[in-house]
Amino acid sequence: MLLLTCPACGVAADETELAPGGEAHLTRVGPDGDDASFEGYLFQRANPRGVHFERWRHVYGCGKWFHAARDTATLEVFGTYSAQTTAPPDDILDKIKARRPGWEGNA
Amino acid sequence: MKRYSAFAIAREALRHHEGWERAWRSPEPKARYDVVIVGAGGHGLATAYWLGKNHGITNIAVIEKGWLGGGNTGRNTTIIRSNYLQDPSAAIYEKSRSLYETMSQDLNYNVMFSPRGVMMLAQTQHEVRGYRRTAHANALQGVATEFISPQRVKELCPIMNIDGPRYPVLGALWQPRGGTARHDAVAWGYARACSDMGMDIIQKCEVTGIRREGGKVTAVETTKGEIGCGKLGIVVAGHSGELAEMAGFRLPIESVSLQALVSEPIKPCMDVVVMANTVHGYMSQSDKGEMVIGGGADGFNNYTQRGSFHHIEETVRALVETFPMISRLKMLRQWGGIVDMTGDRSPILSKTPVEGVFVNCGWGTGGFKAIPGSGWAMAELMAKGHAPLADAFSLDRFREGRFIDESVAAGVAH
Repeated sequence: MLLLTCPACGVAADETELAPGGEAHLTRVGPDGDDASFEGYLFQRANPRGVHFERWRHVYGCGKWFHAARDTATLEVFGTYSAQTTAPPDDILDKIKARRPGWEGNA
Repeated sequence: MKRYSAFAIAREALRHHEGWERAWRSPEPKARYDVVIVGAGGHGLATAYWLGKNHGITNIAVIEKGWLGGGNTGRNTTIIRSNYLQDPSAAIYEKSRSLYETMSQDLNYNVMFSPRGVMMLAQTQHEVRGYRRTAHANALQGVATEFISPQRVKELCPIMNIDGPRYPVLGALWQPRGGTARHDAVAWGYARACSDMGMDIIQKCEVTGIRREGGKVTAVETTKGEIGCGKLGIVVAGHSGELAEMAGFRLPIESVSLQALVSEPIKPCMDVVVMANTVHGYMSQSDKGEMVIGGGADGFNNYTQRGSFHHIEETVRALVETFPMISRLKMLRQWGGIVDMTGDRSPILSKTPVEGVFVNCGWGTGGFKAIPGSGWAMAELMAKGHAPLADAFSLDRFREGRFIDESVAAGVAH
């Protein structure tokens, strides 16, 4: 069972207490975006077999959204971090690089 | 290929069963094929089969990183039905269901298709309205389904408790010609027929890269060397995203784990397939007597073929309420499969931004039932560039907003 620590309230919660929110750090397309960029924003996903940044919500807890860095092939959790950011913080990236030396980041 | 028949069994019985030949050859890959299909599961093999059968293309390699039929083809709950709401879905799934009826004869391989009937329980007023609507839609599409009363449900499946306190059975969508088939046999039967047409099935051969020149595919790099190809079909379900990345495009797909379990075998007690979508559980009894149970999917991206205990608990808790007699059954096995979910819960059969590369994926939680029809449509698409059954499922439907929305129609995993 997946265990994530909510960075907002500090509670270590299992997956029954959390709701998954899909891929993180998607760039929202504005009114001047074309069809292809809207398609990318709305539907196309990296869906990697490996390191994945994603959104979660602590539904049956404090109710806050947060981010998690996780490996989809091993279920290893690299860490969780605040939702108030547009990119993974350096300490999370360092942890991932320490565990996955060949990792080059998700396109 | 020696044909299987009652006579063959008698002949082999008289000579100590030494004359049975291998069902398919396992050759080393040639340098080049007209068509390479990645993925020797049901959908990939069916695509190759119909390319040969309907379009006369037999210079084909089907390559597989693991073993034949070892992915979701061997991990599903074998349910076959076609009671979909939207016209394009009903067309391809009904084609598929009808092909299952003659598959054993077509392939000369017993796939044990059992049209025992599939019922989808309506346990809320919302579902009653939804399934009545689907029954009307099916009547217009030429798919034989009907909405039946709780009493008829009880007659068809006496072990069911229709007066459950939480989720009473208010009726059901009944498809009498739906049913089950032996999942492994479907893959094996297609493999044998493909091999007989001269196609090469290459197992334990993982694709590591896709070569392109001027926006057109030229070859696949594999663990058994480079294999040239004129056209490439990517039919790899949960791993479609990885292959797409190798070819340089993205897909509107997320991979999640869906799990199933089987009980110890018991005497025959249930001769229909029952799906209960409100409580996320479905059940049928295999020919061995095991109760085959499917549940809900994870909501998060996951490539592990495991599943998680709380989903089993959820599924089993709900089914015990509807089928009180299973409460003391022991569970034998549990497993997970990686399913490829699209935004509208409908599959993708399409050309791609790379010329010569076609994808067949996104079947999500319900791919087994679609195997023959999916192969039929994909083969036509690859041979001719378009296909009546496949055209609505193209990739550009997401950009153009032409969704084939089955997530609302099915309510859950379907």
